Amino acid sequence: MLHALEGSQAIAQAVALCRPAVVAAYPITPQTHIVENISKLVADGKLKCEFVSVESEFSAASVVLGSAATGARSYTASSSQGILLMAEVLFDIAGMRLPMVLTCANRAISAPINIWNDHQDAMTVRDSGWIQLYCADNQEAIDTTIQAFRISERTELPVMVCVDGFVLTHTLEVVDMPTAEEVDSYLPPFTFKNKLDPKHPLSLGTLVGPEYYTEARYSLHRALEKALPEIESADADWAKICGRASGGLLTVDGPESATIGVLAMGSVVSTLTEANEILPGKKRVKLMKLRAFRPFPAEALRQACAGLKELIVLERAFSPGCGGILGTEVRAALAGMAKPPAVRNFAVGLGGRDIPLGTLSKLLDAAKAQGNQGFSILDVEPERLPPEDR
Amino acid sequence: MQSAPKEGVAGQHNMEELRKLQPRYRGLEAGHRACQGCGEALAARLVTEAAGPDVILTNATGCLEVFTTPWPQSAWRLPWIHSLFENSAAVASGVEAALKAQGRSTKVIAQGGDGGTFDIGFQALSGMLERQHNILYVCYDNEAYMNTGIQRSGSTPHAAMTTTSPPGKERMGKRHMKKDLLSIIAAHHIPYAASASVAYPADIRRKVRRAVSIEGPTFLLIHSPCPLGWGIESDVSIEVARLAVQTGLFPVIELERGELTGVMPIRNPRPVTDYLKLQNRFKHLFTDDPRARKEREHVQALADHNIEIYQLRGEGVDALDTDGADTVRRGGVVD
Repeated sequence: MLHALEGSQAIAQAVALCRPAVVAAYPITPQTHIVENISKLVADGKLKCEFVSVESEFSAASVVLGSAATGARSYTASSSQGILLMAEVLFDIAGMRLPMVLTCANRAISAPINIWNDHQDAMTVRDSGWIQLYCADNQEAIDTTIQAFRISERTELPVMVCVDGFVLTHTLEVVDMPTAEEVDSYLPPFTFKNKLDPKHPLSLGTLVGPEYYTEARYSLHRALEKALPEIESADADWAKICGRASGGLLTVDGPESATIGVLAMGSVVSTLTEANEILPGKKRVKLMKLRAFRPFPAEALRQACAGLKELIVLERAFSPGCGGILGTEVRAALAGMAKPPAVRNFAVGLGGRDIPLGTLSKLLDAAKAQGNQGFSILDVEPERLPPEDR
Repeated sequence: MQSAPKEGVAGQHNMEELRKLQPRYRGLEAGHRACQGCGEALAARLVTEAAGPDVILTNATGCLEVFTTPWPQSAWRLPWIHSLFENSAAVASGVEAALKAQGRSTKVIAQGGDGGTFDIGFQALSGMLERQHNILYVCYDNEAYMNTGIQRSGSTPHAAMTTTSPPGKERMGKRHMKKDLLSIIAAHHIPYAASASVAYPADIRRKVRRAVSIEGPTFLLIHSPCPLGWGIESDVSIEVARLAVQTGLFPVIELERGELTGVMPIRNPRPVTDYLKLQNRFKHLFTDDPRARKEREHVQALADHNIEIYQLRGEGVDALDTDGADTVRRGGVVD
C-alpha cells in the first residue's frame, strides 16, 4: 500500500514489521527520527519489544550484542560520531558472529563538526566485519531493512543498512509499505543456535591465542565472502513477494553501448540516474549502483565493467593522505581484468554539500583531466582557503 | 573442601536441610589458570555457587576472563559471555532485555574487576543501574589493573605502589584516594548494594542469595587480594583480606535504596600497619623516610574515619562480626 512517509518513519515501520525483540538506541542527528518512531510504536502497543534507551552509542551496541547473544532479534541505529563510538563493539559483534541489523543514517565525521550527509562514518568501520548495504532511495531503505534481517540471520553476520542522513532520513517520499503477512512469509522467527542458555551453557567471547586466532579471522572473512549469494537471493526472493528488487549486489543502468561508466553508492545514484536521462543521447553513461560494499562484489564488478573504457568512481568519503576508499578498492578489483577500464576517482558532496543534477556533466569533464591513479574532490573550492592551505 | 557438619554441632540443621539451604552448585570449575591464592577466582566461585545454575554471566575483559577461557577450554559451567573491557553492564542489560522479551526468569550476573567497574566501565554500570535492569553486578576489587601488570586504577588505595604509581623521590605511591564507589552506587538508590570480602565466604553467599532474590539492579563489591599485585605470599591472601576488614580500611556494609542498613562489626580494630606491613605494595611506608610515617598516619586516619562513619565498632558475640566470622558454621546460612 502506498504511503507518503518520511524516510525515518518508513524505516521504523519496516523494522517493526520484522518484529525485533530488543531495540537499543541513543539519540544522534540524523538517526534520531528512526528510534523516536520505533519508541512511539512501542508506546502505542503496536510493536511488542524491549526498547532500551541507553546512555551512549557504545552501550546501545553493547546491549544489542547481549540481546542477540541471548537469541533475541535485535536492532539499533546510529550515525557519525555514534558509529565511531560504537566502533569497538561493532568489531566485537562481527567477530562473535552475532546476527543483528543496524541502520546507519550516514553523516560526516568531526572535526569540524558537521551534522550533514556523507559516508565517512560507515567507511571508517568498513573493516569491522559487518555487511554494508547502501540504499539509493527510501523504498530501497524499507526493502533492504527487511532483507537485512534475513541476510543477517542466515549468514550469522551483522548487517549495516546505510541510508543517507537527511537526504533519505528526513525526506518525504511515496513508498509502498509491505504488509505484515508479506514480511512474515519472508522472514521466519529468529532462532540462534549459539545463544546463552543455562540448559546448554556456552562460553562466548573467549580468549583466543595465536594458535587459533588466524583461523577465527579467516572464518570471518570466508563468512563475508559466502554472504554474497545470500544478499542476491534475499533480494530476488523479496522481489518475488513484493514485486520490487533493490539491486542485489550491483546494478547497471544506461545504454549497452556506453564506454564510460560511473559507479556510486547511496542516494547520489538517484540524482545521477536523473542526470543521465537528460544528457544528450550519445553521451549517456553506464550507471552502476553498488549496493553491497561489504562483502565487496569484485567478480560482479568485473563483469559489469566488461567493454568499458573508463570507469568514474564517485564517492562520499576519502582517506586523508591517500585518496578515495571506494576508488582504491575498485582499482584493486579491476586490476585482474584482461582489459580493465581506466579508473577515475572523485569525492563529492562531503558534509552535506549539495549534489545538483549538473554534477554528472562536471564529473565527465573533470575525468578527462584526471590520470589513471588520480583522486580529486570534485566540488572543492580551494580559493576559500588561506593560500598556505590550498 | 567443606567438612560435613555433625548434627547438633552445626546448629539446628541436619545434613539434608543444610544441603537444601546451600546447593553445592559449581558455576566455575577447578582447573582454570588463576594464580595461587587468587582472591578473584575464589570470589567468583563463591558467587556462582550461591547464585545457582539458572544464571547467565557477562564478564568484562580482565584476569577472570583470561584465566577461565583460554580457547578451546572454559572453566564455566554457566552460559558466559565476554565482549569488551568497558561493557559488561551494558551487555548484561541486553541479555536481561532479551530474557524479558522471551518471558524467561533466568538471573543475569555481570562481572568486572575494579578497572572495568570503577573506571572504564563506570558509565555503562551507571546506565544499567539507572534503567533498573534486573541484574546483579559483581565487582571483584583487587585495587589495580592486575591483568595488564599492576597499574593504578580508581580503586587503588592511597599510597599503594603500582607500576604507574611508583614511590620515588617525589612520590609516596598513589597520590589519590580510593574512589568511594559504593557511595556513588548508593546515589542510584538501587534496591540493594553491599561490600564483602573473600575472607568471609558465608557473608558473600548470603549477600549473593539476597541480591539475586531481588527484582531490580543490585551491586556487590568483593575485596579480592591479588598476591602478585599486592606483593604477598599466596597462602596469606585470606589473612590479608581479613585484615583489610578488621582495620576498617575495607568496610563491609549493606545499603538498601541508598541507605546504610547493615555493617559487619569489628570487635577489636587492628592497627593499619598490621595490614600494610604484609604487602610489598606498601613497603615504602616502612622506611626511614619521614614521609613514610606521615603516610602511615594518613592511612590510619582513613581507617578510623571509616570506622566512625559506618559505625563499625561492634560488641558482644555476633556470628557475622570480623572475629565471630572465623568460627561461624562454615558455609552455613545465617539469616
